[in-house]
Amino acid sequence: MDFNLSQEQTQFSDTLRRWIEKEYDFERRREIITSADGGSAQAWQGLAELGLMALPVPEAQDGFGGSGTDMFAIMQEMGKGLVIEPYLATVCAVQYLKQDAGKHTDLLQQVAAGNVRLACATGEAQSRFNRFDVQMTASAEGDDHILNGRKTVVIHGAQAGHLIVSARSDSARNDKNGLSLFVVSADAPGVTRTEYRTIDGMLAADIDFADVRISDAALIGEAGNAAPIMDAASDYACMLICAEAVGIMQAVFQTTLEYLRTRRQFDQPIGAFQALQHRMAQMFIEVEQARSMAMLAAARIDSDDEAERQRVIAGAMIRVGQAAKRVGKEAIQLHGGIGMTNEMQVAHYFKRLTMFGAVQGDVDHHISRFISHPSFCEVA
Amino acid sequence: MNLDYDAEELNFRAKARAFIEESLPSDIQVKVLSHKRLNRDDYKRWHQILHKQGWVAPAWPAEYGGAGWSPVQRHIWEEETTRAGAPNVIGFGVNMIGPVLIAFGNDAQKDYYLPRILSCEDWWCQGYSEPGSGSDLASLKTSAKRVQDADGEHYVVNGQKTWTTLAQHADMIFCLVRTDNSGRKQQGISFLLIDMKTPGITVRPIITLDEDHEVNEVFFDNVKVPVENLVGQENMGWTYAKYLLSHERNNVAEVGRSKRELRYLKELAMRYTSNGKPMLEDPLFARKVAILEAELMALEITNLRVVSADDGKSEPGPEVSMLKIVGTEVQQRLTELMFEVVGPYGLPFDAEFLEGVRPDAVTSQDDAAPLTAAYLNFRKASIYGGSNEIQKNIINKMILGL
Repeated sequence: MDFNLSQEQTQFSDTLRRWIEKEYDFERRREIITSADGGSAQAWQGLAELGLMALPVPEAQDGFGGSGTDMFAIMQEMGKGLVIEPYLATVCAVQYLKQDAGKHTDLLQQVAAGNVRLACATGEAQSRFNRFDVQMTASAEGDDHILNGRKTVVIHGAQAGHLIVSARSDSARNDKNGLSLFVVSADAPGVTRTEYRTIDGMLAADIDFADVRISDAALIGEAGNAAPIMDAASDYACMLICAEAVGIMQAVFQTTLEYLRTRRQFDQPIGAFQALQHRMAQMFIEVEQARSMAMLAAARIDSDDEAERQRVIAGAMIRVGQAAKRVGKEAIQLHGGIGMTNEMQVAHYFKRLTMFGAVQGDVDHHISRFISHPSFCEVA
Repeated sequence: MNLDYDAEELNFRAKARAFIEESLPSDIQVKVLSHKRLNRDDYKRWHQILHKQGWVAPAWPAEYGGAGWSPVQRHIWEEETTRAGAPNVIGFGVNMIGPVLIAFGNDAQKDYYLPRILSCEDWWCQGYSEPGSGSDLASLKTSAKRVQDADGEHYVVNGQKTWTTLAQHADMIFCLVRTDNSGRKQQGISFLLIDMKTPGITVRPIITLDEDHEVNEVFFDNVKVPVENLVGQENMGWTYAKYLLSHERNNVAEVGRSKRELRYLKELAMRYTSNGKPMLEDPLFARKVAILEAELMALEITNLRVVSADDGKSEPGPEVSMLKIVGTEVQQRLTELMFEVVGPYGLPFDAEFLEGVRPDAVTSQDDAAPLTAAYLNFRKASIYGGSNEIQKNIINKMILGL
C-alpha cells in the first residue's frame, strides 16, 4: 500500500506546476479569458510540449498510456492553476475514443501530437444528468447515419475540431439500448454552434445538428450499443474532476489559511478567533476526506471490476461534491467582503468548485446512482 | 500510488481471520454483534485467549511481549477482530499505562506490571478527569504529599477523579496528581500507580442516561501510595500524560467497527419495513445511508493514509485529531440511523434483556431493544478522549499556528 505519487508522477506534476506559475498565472489567465478567443493557442502548445496531450492517449496511438493515478496527479495541478484551456474536454473525449481505439487511431494520434481539441456533445436540454436520455436521432441510410437534434452546454464545444456525439439509433427516449456514439467533425455540413461563456471562466456551446450525414467509420463501438462505453467514459470524467477539485480545494485551503494569518481586526489576526478556527478545522477535514475519495477513484478507475468501479466513482462524486460546495462557500465567508470581489483568485476557485457537478452530475444524482447500485442492498 | 494490500498483508489477514473464527467464544460474539452489554468476565476471557496467542498487545515492542506487526498489519488485525464481533481489548492497560511504563517506567515497574497487564491479572483504570478538570485537564487538583512515617516513605493522596471507566472492575488505577502548586499548572503534576484496594479509596457508580454503569467517581481520602509507585520523575507527569494521550488516539477512527455497524444497519433496514417495503429501499432513508457510507469509505482511506505513514517515531499531526472527529461522527450517525430504522420499537426500554438477565426482549423485537440505548450512549464519543471541539483546537494549533 502506497499513497504517495511515484517519482515520475511527482516530476511530471512539478514541471506542470512550474509551467503554470510562469506561463499561466492568475493575471495571464484573466487576459486569456477576456481575449477574443477565450483560450490560448500558445498555452495549448505549451501544455502539449509538456506531454499532457499524449498522457491519456494509449501507447499504440503514440501516447503515454497514462494510468488513473497519473491523471490524478496532473488534474490536481490543472485545478490549482484554474487552467481554462479545453484540456478536460479533450481528455474526456479520449476516453470514448480509447474504447474503440483501433478504429480511431488517426484522431488519437492527432490528439497526442497536440494538433486537435475535442469535446463531448452528450447532454441535451431535457436530459439533465441522465446521459441515456437522448432524443437526438441517428437514422441509418445505407452505410451512413443522418444526425438530427440539439446538444446543450457542450463544454469547449466551439473550440473543438471534433465532437463526440451521442444519438439514438433505436428504442425509446430513456432506454439504455439503441444508443450510438459518433465522432463528428465540427465543420461538417449541418453543424451549427452557438457559443457562450460559462460562469467559471470557460466557454461552452449549444450545437444543432440538421441532417448531418456521417459514415459508419465515424462510429465508436457498435451502432445501438454505446451504453457501456458511455458509462466507462463518464466514470472517467468523474475521476478527473474529483482530482481537479482536490487541487482547487487544496489551493483554497492554503489561501484562506494565509488570509486568516494576515488579516487583522480588533488588533489581532482574525485566525485567533475560535469561531473562525473551528470553521478552518472543518475545512481541513473536508479537503482530506475529499482527497481520500479522489485517490480511491483514481486507483479504481482502471479496475476490471466494473461494479466496484461504479460504486467507488459514485461514492467519490458524493463526498467530493459535498466538499467542493462546503469548502467554496466557507472560503468566501472566511475572506469576508474581499472574497466577494472578482479580482480575488479565491472567488474564481469558488466559481469553479460551485460548478463541480454541473456536467457529470450533482451529489443527489450520484446518491441516486449509489443507492440503486446492486451492492447497496446486499447484506451478506 | 497503490491502494491494494500486498500478498503478505492478505496472507496475514487470512491468518488473523482463521484464528478469530476458531477462538472467539460465540456467546461473546453474539453479545457484541447484537449490542448487548458485556460483563467483566467476557472482556477478561477474550483478553486471555489473545494473551495465550501472544497477540493481546501487538503494538508493544517484541521484547515486552508485542507481536512485531507493522502498523498496516495492526490495522488489518483491528479490522478483522471487529468485523467478527470480538470485544475491544480494554485499552487502559494495553494501550495506555503499558506504553507509558515501557517509555518512562523503571525496571522494577516494567518487570512487575507489564506481564500482569498482558495476562489481565491487573485490570487498570484511568484517573485523569476531575469534576473541575474536563477539557482543561491540567487544572487538576487531586493532591499527593510526600511524607515519611512509621510505614516508610509514601505519598498521601486526597481528591476526586471522575468519569472513571469500568473502575468497578479495576485492580489498579493510574492517576495524575498535583505534587506542586508553585508554577504553571502543567508543572507540578506527577504520575502515580495506585492499588484500588488501598484503604481510603471509594468507588461510586455514575449511571449514564442509558441507565448503564460504565463510569464512576473515585474518591481518595488520605490514601497512602508507596513512593516506588511514582512513574518517572516527580512533577514531570504532564509529559507522560501527553504521551499517553497520543497513544490513546491509536485506532481512534474505529473504521473496522463502523464497517461492521454499517453492515448491521443495512441488515436491520432490510428487515424493518415502511409502507410494505424494506427501509433500505425507501429512497429517503437510503439517501442518508448512502451519504454515511461515502463518508466511511473516505475515512477508511484517510485512516490508511495515516497508518501507512506511521513510522512509530513522529508526533501525531492534525490528521489524528481529524480521525477522532470524523470517526466519532460516523459512529454516532450509525447509531442514530439504527434508531431511526426501528421506529416505534425504539421506545421500549428493556434493561433486563440488555444485561442478559432475560434471553428475549419483552417486545419480542430482540434486535431493536438495544438500539436507542446505544444511540444515547454514543453521544459520549464526541466528548471523551479530548472533545471534538478540543480536537479542532489542536488541528488549528498545528495548521494555523495561532
